[in-house]
Amino acid sequence: MKNIDSKNHVTGKSVYVDDIPIQAGTLFGAVFGSPKAHGRILSLGTTEAELLEGVVKIFTYKDIPGRNQIGGIIEDEPLFAENEVHFIGQPIALVVAKSEIIARKAVKLINAEIEELEVITDAREAKEKGNLLIPSRTFKLGDVENAWPKCDYIFEGKVESGGQEHLYIETQGSYAYLTDNNSIKIHSSTQGATLVQKIAARVLGLPMHRIEVDVARLGGGFGGKEDQATPYACMAALASFLIQKPVKVILHRLDDILMTGKRHPYSTDFKIGLSENYRILAYQTTMFQNGGAASDLSPAIMERTLFHSTGAYFIPNTEVTVHSCKTNLPPNTAFRGFGAPQGMFVIESAIAKAACELNISKRLIQETNFLKEGNQFQYGQLAENANIEKCYYSAIKTYQVNEIEKEVEGFNSKNTNYKKGMAIMPVCFGISFTKTPMNQARALVHIYQDGSVGISTGAVEMGQGVNTKLIQVASQVFSINPGRIKIETTNTTRVANTSPTAASSGADLNGNALKIACTTLLKRLKSTSSKMLSCDASELSIEGEKVLKNGKETGIGWNKLVETAFLGRVCLTENGHYATPVIHFDKTKEKGYPFAYHVYGVAIVTVTLDCIRGIYEFDDVKIIHDFGNSMNTAIDNGQVEGALVQGIGWVTMEEVAFSKDGKLLSNSLSTYKVPDIYSVPKNIEIIPLIVDGPELALLRSKAVGEPPFMYGIGAYFALTKAIRAFNPNYKLDFDAPLTPEKVLLRLYQK
Amino acid sequence: MISFILNNQTINTESHPGTTLLDFIRYGQNLPGTKIGCREGDCGACTVLEGTLDGNTIKYKSIVSCLTPLGNAHGKHIVTIEGINMKGLSPVQKAMVENSATQCGFCTPGFVASLTGHAMAGENTSYDKAIASVSGNICRCTGYKSIEKAAKSISVLLEKKDVENPINWLIENDFLPAYFLGIPGRLNQIEPTIIVATKQIIAGGTDLMVQRPEEIAETNINLFYNRQDLKEIKEEKDRIRIGSACNATDIMSSEILQKYIPGTGAYFKLVSSEPIRNMGTVAGNFVNASPIGDLSIFFLALNANVLLKESNHTREIPLKNFFLGYKKLNLKEKEYIDSIVVPIPKPYSMFNFEKVSKRTYLDIASVNSAIYLELKGGIIESCSISAGGTSPIPKYLGEASRYLIGKKVTNGTIIKANEILQEEISPISDIRGSKDYKRLLLRQLLFAHFIKLFPENISINELLS
Repeated sequence: MKNIDSKNHVTGKSVYVDDIPIQAGTLFGAVFGSPKAHGRILSLGTTEAELLEGVVKIFTYKDIPGRNQIGGIIEDEPLFAENEVHFIGQPIALVVAKSEIIARKAVKLINAEIEELEVITDAREAKEKGNLLIPSRTFKLGDVENAWPKCDYIFEGKVESGGQEHLYIETQGSYAYLTDNNSIKIHSSTQGATLVQKIAARVLGLPMHRIEVDVARLGGGFGGKEDQATPYACMAALASFLIQKPVKVILHRLDDILMTGKRHPYSTDFKIGLSENYRILAYQTTMFQNGGAASDLSPAIMERTLFHSTGAYFIPNTEVTVHSCKTNLPPNTAFRGFGAPQGMFVIESAIAKAACELNISKRLIQETNFLKEGNQFQYGQLAENANIEKCYYSAIKTYQVNEIEKEVEGFNSKNTNYKKGMAIMPVCFGISFTKTPMNQARALVHIYQDGSVGISTGAVEMGQGVNTKLIQVASQVFSINPGRIKIETTNTTRVANTSPTAASSGADLNGNALKIACTTLLKRLKSTSSKMLSCDASELSIEGEKVLKNGKETGIGWNKLVETAFLGRVCLTENGHYATPVIHFDKTKEKGYPFAYHVYGVAIVTVTLDCIRGIYEFDDVKIIHDFGNSMNTAIDNGQVEGALVQGIGWVTMEEVAFSKDGKLLSNSLSTYKVPDIYSVPKNIEIIPLIVDGPELALLRSKAVGEPPFMYGIGAYFALTKAIRAFNPNYKLDFDAPLTPEKVLLRLYQK
Repeated sequence: MISFILNNQTINTESHPGTTLLDFIRYGQNLPGTKIGCREGDCGACTVLEGTLDGNTIKYKSIVSCLTPLGNAHGKHIVTIEGINMKGLSPVQKAMVENSATQCGFCTPGFVASLTGHAMAGENTSYDKAIASVSGNICRCTGYKSIEKAAKSISVLLEKKDVENPINWLIENDFLPAYFLGIPGRLNQIEPTIIVATKQIIAGGTDLMVQRPEEIAETNINLFYNRQDLKEIKEEKDRIRIGSACNATDIMSSEILQKYIPGTGAYFKLVSSEPIRNMGTVAGNFVNASPIGDLSIFFLALNANVLLKESNHTREIPLKNFFLGYKKLNLKEKEYIDSIVVPIPKPYSMFNFEKVSKRTYLDIASVNSAIYLELKGGIIESCSISAGGTSPIPKYLGEASRYLIGKKVTNGTIIKANEILQEEISPISDIRGSKDYKRLLLRQLLFAHFIKLFPENISINELLS
């Protein structure tokens, strides 16, 4: 089944926040952000801006009727800066005017006099000075100190991974207006409708029931709208509540890129110890997470880094520590992979370092240490259906990796100006929110008396195809044509207390809730039909919109059945509730069973490097991916391809750069580059691993949003191989992204 | 009054000619299918088609509406996604759906516009051209493979296209609604633009509308974009004259340029993206005075002159004397560039253009460079090398060029030329690269020129030894 939105997408009819027809009298907001990365606000000059024709009002923290606090996990972030600013672009005021242009012009007329304080942009420096967002955490398995003496080889090194701008093509935005009973409706481009509702209620000092949040769809999210859609929704709500007029706040791209947080850069020290037959006996890392100026989702992201720090390997003695460091950058936030890519890049780097020093193939260490059934993760859970070896050996065989290696060698011995490199990237990624209470969802299903079906869940559609999967679930349970089913907007008045659509879990959680609701309704309909046919419900089934009795047609169709049920006063509405069973995690021990299941896969990445110019093209990425039983191959393959390309972008061209004084240098699309159609691998092959999916996955079809992102990490190691093929003096290092600049400097390193 | 046809509707508007076409479409006309992604021509979400009357037919091309001053739409047919929609899906839209080439959908109308524009070209199409048509469209969701498949299936369908009469063929084959047939007649009735002689000239808008859109929206502007008198490319004795309002597409598709500088098409593919090339003019690229302007670097090595005009007074100066300092030009207040004049390369000459950027396409160079050589009997008789991104101005490397004259092409002379040019440049560290990188990269591009032009004699190993 194709993405149900696709026809409206290709005709431009899909509605995003900025496309909602506006009400008469709508005003427009633009944000005044701090011009300095750290300082005390001495004065704020807004007079000139206020006098500009068309400016209606300028809001600051003083206007907030409730609490000036938008922090989610930790309450450490004001909506508007009060006395201090902590990053460039930190919202200080909102200008509301009759047009967006006037609002933007007025912003330029505001002056903030700021006494500058010391600026820290580097995570290690922050740690040294004691600037941490939260207490540091360590996950342990075995005993590394006892293990080091048993190692035949020990290597140490340093790994840097950079930030990443989400670059959802639709910027952050919200439209808020008053509704009956002095309540507010907010249309927000958010992954977390309830989060917006909760924080807006806090800021306005209202109970949650007076804030209605509605989300039709997002023009891309990738984690960037999990937490960080909230401030702009709150601003629109605040202004509309106080002025009593509809207010729209849509960020200009330049503001969005400046003000919003990105993927966390990490700086890491690692130590890895191996036995003489290349078994990894011990692994220790100290990671410095650059959290930015407020904690945002950093604590949860730190946690996932800890969960995934050993990648797809079993290491009996592990000790990993993450320090979440407070710096004067925009608060870094969720981004596809949620800390796992940073962790996995380090373990792959450590293995690459060991292989390079030992002068053996990296592959040899990888295949010696893959997770096996029953191995314990450092968080206590045992690996079940550990499919990594299956994926790996299937890839080796299917894609004839030995042949690829030979071809690469042959090419390199014949060519000077161009060199090729190949790398293998294994992935193991746990599915579930690591904060157990978030693993719940609800679905509200109405069967209308004409037989059509309306579904509301907490899932937010942002291109990942969750709405299509939801329709598949309902269509399958009811055995009716998908055309009868409509997915409604995500709305907090229909489905309350939702978790954000994140952690790749949107389909699993909401789909399972929907399945429960549909199954209950089906039971009622069967009971109705058993009365109609005066037989036992167990003899009946509904197939292809028809009621069958012992497999034979009864002449009762879906419409007739629904109509009869309605007239018989049967409830045709159901609310399904799902909470992922089994999972738990004890933070005091850092042990538990946090994941419903794991997703596995392997990618073989090949690159051709132009050694004169330092530019490169990816020839092939060949993947064996563990989808379980994919319920929608078109959508799932699209997720793999999209995630892979984003992952390649992260380790190659996507470079978030700040100056020492905290100024974003990659501050526009002309300076921050994401992959275009010419920079993606020439060939991407995806073959599913033939296995049965786990019961906790929706229809045994595994979650797919994030895991394939980490295939992109292979691009880094393919490139370093190619560089070394040209320049044997190149000293292998780990400093992503490997931009053309870094590549060229390494090609000619002496 | 600005008059044009938007989809099937005639527009007469008193809106300011400097406001963006994008805002006019979305908020003035309530056509929300065209999206706002970046407002700097770097994402393609706002792509629309612009049809220009050529006799009794119309030529269509893709443009980004975010950088198009509304005044540039005068006399044109502007087509948004709403103007492409019919009762059923067009084959372009169908191909996007069937290949799952849309996920979040926000970039999709832009892709559909670009691919439809590609279909409308009055020439044979190909898969490569279909891909080139979306070179200005960024998709953050799909990873593009599904879009490639859609482009492939569209190009197969277009193999049967009647290139003499593309619009009729496309209407018959459900690519376009039937109203397109009546557009030429309707456009014919619109009076040409009245030129306002004010100081602020604007042509394609691809720089000015990025740099100061708010100001342009309130300034009296002098629209050069549709100045037919400045759009000619012609051969004059031993020179090629290129009208200043010619855009990059005009130049790269010019038969004259292709004849004398055969690689032009491939070199220009490195310049921005198709819609931006459809808009940005050669004079605009010069006057923007970016030290890294691709066209400046390209034409500097070709020893081009610029013809400057002020009412009836003209003067012609070498392009290398046009750039005085960072963003400082040898251009008087009321002067404008009328045309550029390029000496026709000698039959025994060679030319090469190199550009390296973070992303190979749709990006601004870290360093770019061009070289023009005349070679007789193995001796360099004439040499001009230019380099961008390494000096405050698009730099003509006079010293290195002079050094090479009279020399044989050997690894040794190239190494020496590099030493000289390193003295001529003064790169600074910025977002496009550190100064060390830029120095190394320019050396590499110098090497690349010679390795490419003399693959038998010159090799990287010997240059490095």
